[in-house]
Amino acid sequence: MRSSKRAYSVIFSVPALLTACLFVTGCGGSSSTPPQTVATSGQNVMPLTVDAGPDNNYVNGAFASVTVCVPGSSTCQTIDGVLVDTGSYGLRILNSVLTISLPGQKSGGSQVGECAGFADGITWGGVHTADIQLGGETAQSVPIQVIGDSAVPATAPSDCSSMGTPEDTLQTLLANGILGVGQFPQDCGLGCTTQGNPTPPAGTYYTCSTSSCSNSFESLSQQVQNPVSLFATDNNGVIVELPSIGPSGAPSVSGSLVFGIGTQSNNGLGSASVFTLDPTTGNLTTQYKGQSYSSSFIDSGSNGIFFLNHDLTQIPVCGSNTNAPGFYCPDSTEDLSATNVGANGTTGNVDFSVANANTLVSSGNVAYNDLAGENTPPPSQPSSSTGFDWGLPFFFGRNVYTAIAGASTPAGAGPYYAY
Amino acid sequence: MKKILLLKFVYPGVGTVAAMLLFCLPALAVLGGDQVSIRNDEAKMRASTRVVAVKGYNVHEIQIPSGTTVREFVSPAGKVFGVTWHGPLLPDLRQLLGDNFSKLEAAQRNRRGHGPLVINEPGFVYVSSGHMRAFTGRAYIPQLVPQGVLTDAIQ
Repeated sequence: MRSSKRAYSVIFSVPALLTACLFVTGCGGSSSTPPQTVATSGQNVMPLTVDAGPDNNYVNGAFASVTVCVPGSSTCQTIDGVLVDTGSYGLRILNSVLTISLPGQKSGGSQVGECAGFADGITWGGVHTADIQLGGETAQSVPIQVIGDSAVPATAPSDCSSMGTPEDTLQTLLANGILGVGQFPQDCGLGCTTQGNPTPPAGTYYTCSTSSCSNSFESLSQQVQNPVSLFATDNNGVIVELPSIGPSGAPSVSGSLVFGIGTQSNNGLGSASVFTLDPTTGNLTTQYKGQSYSSSFIDSGSNGIFFLNHDLTQIPVCGSNTNAPGFYCPDSTEDLSATNVGANGTTGNVDFSVANANTLVSSGNVAYNDLAGENTPPPSQPSSSTGFDWGLPFFFGRNVYTAIAGASTPAGAGPYYAY
Repeated sequence: MKKILLLKFVYPGVGTVAAMLLFCLPALAVLGGDQVSIRNDEAKMRASTRVVAVKGYNVHEIQIPSGTTVREFVSPAGKVFGVTWHGPLLPDLRQLLGDNFSKLEAAQRNRRGHGPLVINEPGFVYVSSGHMRAFTGRAYIPQLVPQGVLTDAIQ
């Protein structure tokens, strides 16, 4: 009786499973997932390298070469070691690596300055205009930030430096620049315009003389722009494509940043699941051990998977005097599972591993798919206001699509992630 | 007539209090500071506040015009024992963290990549997380958290 029931159940469930996998994306199990394809040719493809970066010390950074030109001219410079970041929007270049003079952006005759906030620090500098070449794509007359620029006072305004520590050198930025190609077209949005606020928000845009700056509004089109949204084509988002690596890491990894979603033969969504995002925050929800964490995001510019804390995960943390303070240091690798949930209700399981970060970094490799750390102070109860920061480890072995807010794609308008 | 009299009476009072704050609290230390320093935060951030009384402490919720919300947790002894923030822009952390702000720089120097900034010291706990246009963060001083209050409440 028992065995015949089981046999029936198997006969019934196999075709059901097959049918489901034909029509539903995101079926679990690697056997039903088509093998990953990393695009290597096409005008919409830009090479990515995960290596130690220009400071020769980076762990889990995806770097690319970016060409900037004086608008409308052939006066150009190619800058390597630029961090590709789906958690920010707009191009920022260290003034110390710039050898060409890009025209300053003016507002009412004054140079525009900008303060950009990141979770771990701030960048301060003038806004300049450049034609940007990424792979075979060009965006013309794009406002970018030149960090540590001499067109504005060297010292950031106090309401800028009050938001964090300046990252204005190679040793503090850890890259020659940051290429923000995330889910928004501008770095600030309506909040920095007269439509969004009665007064200019502190720590954003300024008009400057050589000696001082004052807070100012900046219209959407004059804000530092995600250059992808200004391409003539392939402008609705990007795909970060990095191949899978082993559990002990790799000394370097080659992949691609592909422009456009569903605009060319090499950037279709295929069987990827689409997770739409909160239109204000660009976040999705991650569920882990029965709790929902609503401030979660997928960010190529974060160098680990950052989630919860020791009290909640029971995973030991590397000590402050080790090579990986704040990262997880389990005795043996922990295999974990979480579920991402889009605003559209799409759910998808994510299997991930947390290895001993000290062991990993002492190997001398610089690319790891199992590097993870804390993202919450240590209360022992889950808090829905916190989130999972799915950094670069998440990207190895899967093509991750980021659609820009308001841009149309074959799966509807952004913002969304798909993978 | 009555209204004018009232204004005349109240206005100099407020001015005097503000002047006292300016002269008495030049450091504007907030986390770990006295409750009155919250007024400095409101003034500096051009913000509006509402106070929520919870068993064992008060929460001062400061809405900054930029859209970011700051919460300051005040013990019955009048000390600010925790602060949190979430919103599109980072808040004035120097103002909120007081002397502890200087610890961010040392934490930043330790990194081999970008990501959240986490400080876990016996006397200061800090996490700044999120991404451009959606930041979250939290800081508290364990020794100042009132007895019986779980640090989970600081969010």
